[in-house]
Amino acid sequence: MILLFTGLIVALAKPAGNWMYALYAADCLPGERVLYRAIGVDPRAEQSWIGYAVSLMVFNLAGIGFLFAVLKLQGVLPLNPQGFPAVENLLAFNTAVSFVTNTNWQNYGGESTLSHLSQMLGLTVQNFLSAATGMAVAFALIRGFARKQVAGIGNFWVDVTRVTLYLLVPASIVLALVYVALGVPQTFAASATATTVEGVKQVIALGPVASQLAIKMLGTNGGGFFNANSAHPFENPSAISNFIQMLSIFVLGAGLTITFGKAVGNVRQGWAILAAMMVLFLGGVAVTYAAEAAGNPLHHALGLVGGNMEGKEVRFGVATSALFATITTATSTGAVIAAHDCLMPLAGMIPLFNMHLGELVVGGVGSGLYAVLVYAILAVFIAGLMVGRTPEYVGKKIESREMKLAVIAMIVPSLAILGLTAVATVLPAGLAGPLAKGPHGFSEILYAFSSAAANNGSAFGGLTGNTPFYNLLLALGMFVGRFGVILPVLAIAGGLSVKRVVPQGAGSFPTTGGLWIALLASVIFIVGGLTFLPSLVLGPIADHVQVAAGTLH
Amino acid sequence: MLTELRASLRPAIVLLLLMAVVTGLAFPALITGIAQVTMPARANGTLITANGKIIGSELIAQGFADSRYFHPRPSAAGKGYDASNSGATNLAPGSKDLRDAIATRVADARKQGLTGVSVPPDLVTTSASGLDPDLSPEAAFSQVARIAKARGLDEAQLRGLVQSAIAYPLLGLIGEPHVNVLLLNRQLDQKATIPHP
Repeated sequence: MILLFTGLIVALAKPAGNWMYALYAADCLPGERVLYRAIGVDPRAEQSWIGYAVSLMVFNLAGIGFLFAVLKLQGVLPLNPQGFPAVENLLAFNTAVSFVTNTNWQNYGGESTLSHLSQMLGLTVQNFLSAATGMAVAFALIRGFARKQVAGIGNFWVDVTRVTLYLLVPASIVLALVYVALGVPQTFAASATATTVEGVKQVIALGPVASQLAIKMLGTNGGGFFNANSAHPFENPSAISNFIQMLSIFVLGAGLTITFGKAVGNVRQGWAILAAMMVLFLGGVAVTYAAEAAGNPLHHALGLVGGNMEGKEVRFGVATSALFATITTATSTGAVIAAHDCLMPLAGMIPLFNMHLGELVVGGVGSGLYAVLVYAILAVFIAGLMVGRTPEYVGKKIESREMKLAVIAMIVPSLAILGLTAVATVLPAGLAGPLAKGPHGFSEILYAFSSAAANNGSAFGGLTGNTPFYNLLLALGMFVGRFGVILPVLAIAGGLSVKRVVPQGAGSFPTTGGLWIALLASVIFIVGGLTFLPSLVLGPIADHVQVAAGTLH
Repeated sequence: MLTELRASLRPAIVLLLLMAVVTGLAFPALITGIAQVTMPARANGTLITANGKIIGSELIAQGFADSRYFHPRPSAAGKGYDASNSGATNLAPGSKDLRDAIATRVADARKQGLTGVSVPPDLVTTSASGLDPDLSPEAAFSQVARIAKARGLDEAQLRGLVQSAIAYPLLGLIGEPHVNVLLLNRQLDQKATIPHP
């Protein structure tokens, strides 16, 4: 199944990449002119990187304000059949930052907190716009590499509008209808009340689930309609719906590598990046699957056989759950079909490590490509040091300004993850969070801040996050982890676009082919490993040793 | 920077409102409209009714405690099978609470007639949603002896019923074999109305 999935992704990458290239490069699309007139922008006006960044920040801050307002007003707004009151201030703030930054960390249970309108007008809107923002940044960086001595890096308003209306919305309409056909509810009605066969009253929460699910996966957002996310039978009724969800998570991120290759005039550059991603991805799947399939020795002693089924659904089983856990953290999705907190320690370590690498194995919509290109800059720099030449990548010289900015983009999320984890492990308010004792409790804290700063959104759900301390600190982590990478990336784009193109010579380091794929994958693995190995030893690895030794907490 | 800031204010607000209407209202409304007209049963939660009353959803687990029924997996949703409060235990692999809970469930299952050395893991662990509607075929078969006794049915006949209820993976690749507990129990009740030979 894993091979079938990988094969389909590689097959889908090309058409998806071509479609996105059309959006990236088109001069004018049918019907868009009237939109820009309404918004009040000139679609032909190129923005400098500063102009692009300012527009992006204003748009995203306005998004946080809008979502916060919807959550605070849900009690008086329509489409609230369960009569939920306004969301509490800090929780609403955390949620607003969370969905605007494409994180979708959730300190609440959807079906017991949010009205239908909050799910739609609040969350679904940001599911679209945060994905479009990520894609816009990727477009801007691609322009930096592809353009020859041009000052601008595109127009933010055009990029966001196009990605939303000409890609995400049409694809989501198709996906949402497919999900309904497979059993995902889509209704504005209140919960259904059933009297079960044994005569117990059961209130079954319903809502406009399919429309939110479609963009949740396609936009690598991951915020669940229900508390159990895509493990909930209404949010993922069958193995088929699950397979479609997995494909839709990966398709745009994989496709963007092809878009990049096309834009810089050599599709093989894009395939090389995708290949490096797939090497890291399959390695992660193998470890997670092996740890989960081996099962829990503590439970085997009680007579249980086979893989670890605690926190998993029968229709998905161990293999699919392991694959999904890797997919959701290789990208910035963070949807789950199994309780990650219940994963075996080494299986839970792979999602953690994927987030530590910066979710660039295919990655979030847009954010995956710009994260991997930052690493590509580092990799050519290292190659340049080895051969003693000024490094260049796809025809652009990589100089000290690019290197400094690339290092900032790499360090900021790491600093946020480790710094905030350190704060939480010494303050009583932080230590009050974890459910588990022992090393697994540390893993729960580390996972939370990794998920926040990497804008993933999945959780070791045992952590009690809905406290003032975690609501504020996680929001800080999400904000810094998102914009602390986007701003240096836009600055790199601005600096690169004005450079002239150096023709490939005999001495140029080739950035296609096996050697490059291995170098890029190794650089990503080693940098991530060096930064986070100590924290992984304290958390999942210590946990693994204790479980193997039969220690209970 | 200030010029750029001022130039961005109007586009930001207008575009945000425009997108809110398109993606937050029009898009869900369109899907709801199409779904309610063309696939109303699916769109409303695949509910099962008997004598005009809703008895549950095909996709959502409900509690069964009577020994005459197949029992679903244990549930961590709310106080158990709460379909408006989904969730897992989130207990760690090394958790003493989890180990003890599983040990208790294994002992219960043995008391109710579970035989053999190996325990199907899904029978005694909670799911991720707490609403898992399915059992593995092994977990369903392991309950056959108890139900046959309680209902006075033939064990082989009951095994046949379970066998015919197994849903297999697509192409043998995607998914795991499973049995829907509520549908299986409904079949049991329908069978019970036929007099036993």
